[in-house]
Amino acid sequence: MAEVLVYVDHVDGAVRKPTLELLTLARRIGEPVAVALGSGAENTAAALAEHGAVKVLTHDAAEYADYLVVPKVDALQAAYKAVSPAAVLVPSSAEGKEIAARLAVRIGSGIITDATDIEAGDEGPVATQSAFAASFTTKSRVSKGTPVITVKPNSAPVEAAPAAGAVEALAVSFSEKATGTKVTARTPRESTGRPELTEAAIVVSGGRGVNGAENFSIIEGLADSLGAAVGASRAAVDAGWYPHTNQVGQTGKSVSPQLYIASGISGAIQHRAGMQTSKTIVAINKDAEAPIFDLVDYGVVGDLFEVVPQLTEEIKSRKG
Amino acid sequence: MSLRIVVTVKYVPDATGDRHFADDLTVDRDDVDGLLSELDEYAVEQALQIADEADDAEITVLTVGPEDAKDALRKALSMGADKAIHVEDDDLHGTDAIGTSLVLAKAIEKAGYDLVISGMASTDGTAGIVPALLAERLGVPQVTLLSEVSVEDGVVKGRRDGDSASEQLEASLPAVVSVTDQSGEARYPSFKGIMAAKKKPVESWDLEDLELDADEVGLEGAWTKVDSATERPARTAGTIVKDEGEGGKQLAEFLAGQKFI
Repeated sequence: MAEVLVYVDHVDGAVRKPTLELLTLARRIGEPVAVALGSGAENTAAALAEHGAVKVLTHDAAEYADYLVVPKVDALQAAYKAVSPAAVLVPSSAEGKEIAARLAVRIGSGIITDATDIEAGDEGPVATQSAFAASFTTKSRVSKGTPVITVKPNSAPVEAAPAAGAVEALAVSFSEKATGTKVTARTPRESTGRPELTEAAIVVSGGRGVNGAENFSIIEGLADSLGAAVGASRAAVDAGWYPHTNQVGQTGKSVSPQLYIASGISGAIQHRAGMQTSKTIVAINKDAEAPIFDLVDYGVVGDLFEVVPQLTEEIKSRKG
Repeated sequence: MSLRIVVTVKYVPDATGDRHFADDLTVDRDDVDGLLSELDEYAVEQALQIADEADDAEITVLTVGPEDAKDALRKALSMGADKAIHVEDDDLHGTDAIGTSLVLAKAIEKAGYDLVISGMASTDGTAGIVPALLAERLGVPQVTLLSEVSVEDGVVKGRRDGDSASEQLEASLPAVVSVTDQSGEARYPSFKGIMAAKKKPVESWDLEDLELDADEVGLEGAWTKVDSATERPARTAGTIVKDEGEGGKQLAEFLAGQKFI
């Protein structure tokens, strides 16, 4: 069976959920061979084997942390040469897309980004994507070279499928260009204890109607009662009420959770572009004419300062 | 020494219009007005600010696109860019991201550059891979997704705010930079700027000028193929209730019914 390279996103050996989802998709088109780089790479093996990786290629070097993107491209290219895979799958993070794009040029292949599904096809893997603020669904394939596909979080279930997961050291020689962009300082983001926005099963977002940074505690309270991530509309971010890293929409993050709750968000096309593929959509807004209500499975026309705290209390009491 | 800045921009269909696909599954540009991709305005703005700080700088704005794409160039020129290059060729219709990066890289090399600045992504395709592709093709450092950028003594520095960390980056010129919408609000063109833009030079190049063959680009030459595009069915109308004092509880009931609680 053909081998499929899966690029592993991990933090010091802890594999992030989108990579485990990639393994589910990779198994549909071949045998997953995982590539884990950097500090703690070898520690990823158990989780990757548990989810179907037949082999785990690992390599650690200071270059991965000290320089931007290119060392990882060099390593993925080395893995590509070693394995000659039928496809290369990479998580659709900002960095993942950059790594995949550069690899595609090097190996003379086409690239599909932000796939929401992959299935086997007669002429290679067929990828599903959303277009025009998720108002269209397209099916595409790579027509030249080895398909390089980046996949959005929440595109497939995480499934246990135990495999050998044999760890092998990957031989990597860095290119001259690997040290071109130096990372001179790194400030880790303080953890909020909440799930990562793009990976979360539930996202609770606030917009202009939240009317102030201090009021976001109401949104956070609801999120915490549901174990959800917090999102914000561009209006709320531009007003300085919430960090840009939490922005949902065309110029922020695109999310696709099981449940999306929009509070005080009117639902301009730019916001819809980032959340329209959510499975269940709920909105709370004072304005009955707000376009967000066109998208909802359930909407409450009302004051979020009344509705959200009542909802939070009700959830807490139901959860006991 | 003059700092040569090339800003790559894209002419995109207005997101507030009714965007759809043409019969050949490329973006239908006839039925929707186009405009300069909003995220590219931030690239133009940062180019202008970097040029202001430099002793001597020249900003060239570059696009690949149909005849109408000149509008995007005019907008950038009216903001303050010095000159423009329009790569236009019938054979470019349907070019994908890999092909576009090839055309842009050839044009950037022909124009001459010390610094390339792009927006973080286009507002239509939204993939955000062209800056990395350009860095790969040009063989220069990528300093991408910056929310803060500066250039001094032949070195570009910037801040990249990622999900898990905020990083300070540094690279020697020449380099490719991309900026986010956090880099600083883009200026509106002044009346004077709009009038001045009409007199600024816009060069037109075709594939021959860039020594590219038609089969390397366009729909036929694309590295990817779209097999189908289907409009998402309109969502079935959801339940909408007016809060009469129990709205939060009613919503909780709905969420419980959906097994979210």
